Amino acid sequence: MSDAGTGHGFGRVLVAVYAVFAIAASARSLYQLATKADEAPVAYALSALAGVVYVVATFALATDRRRLATATIGFELVGVLAVGALTLVDRDLFPDQTVWSDFGAGYLFIPLVLPFVGLWWLRSTGSKARGQAKAPSTHTTRGRNH
Amino acid sequence: MTDAVANLVALLAVGVAAFAGWHTMRRQPFSNPLFYAAAVLEIALLALLVGGCIALAGTSRDVDGVLFVSYLVTLVVIPPAAVLWGIAEKSRWGTGVVVVAMLTVAVLCVRVLQIWKGTNV
Repeated sequence: MSDAGTGHGFGRVLVAVYAVFAIAASARSLYQLATKADEAPVAYALSALAGVVYVVATFALATDRRRLATATIGFELVGVLAVGALTLVDRDLFPDQTVWSDFGAGYLFIPLVLPFVGLWWLRSTGSKARGQAKAPSTHTTRGRNH
Repeated sequence: MTDAVANLVALLAVGVAAFAGWHTMRRQPFSNPLFYAAAVLEIALLALLVGGCIALAGTSRDVDGVLFVSYLVTLVVIPPAAVLWGIAEKSRWGTGVVVVAMLTVAVLCVRVLQIWKGTNV
């Protein structure tokens, strides 16, 4: 794998954050579905879906699968915006919290910021990968020399 | 399991996060002192797991045991995973991973305390 891969450099931090959310969202939904599935089926099904999306996005970023990463992160962006808006419009639809409720306010708004950072990272590594496919380390040395 | 214990561990995690962040800012690779700091935190988390389980067995209050223990176990797993993942990255962002992990530990400590008190929803 080249240095410009999505799972290296700053990307590694991104993968770490995604992994945290993958575990948080999927573990939470498993727990919710196992213990109180009938209380808020929409919210818990959504938690499960969000968990799966984060797991796939984490995997895609870590293994440098750009197209899969773009698709899942794009879905995540749509998800957080749509669910965030829905929770503000209709409280009764989501009686219990999900990761994406209120634009991710329960998670310090990280779910709202994360897809933007993810897409930006895919863009910047994309151009880097094209520009220096044969010389992966030039950008760091250039930065050091001013 | 008291407020003081959980908050102390959370503060310790924030401290390690700041130390790791200092490495990230100065573009320093993963250092031995940072490793020891993470190791101290890991010992504290192991103590929290054991102490939490003992307290859970002894309490008469209504605590969601499965949730409580699963959080404690998750806490113990995070630092070793972060250190391995961080050392493997040779750029400045290797310690950035540790920053993220330690802040996660701090948040989880606060959540553990909420679960223990039964204030979570």
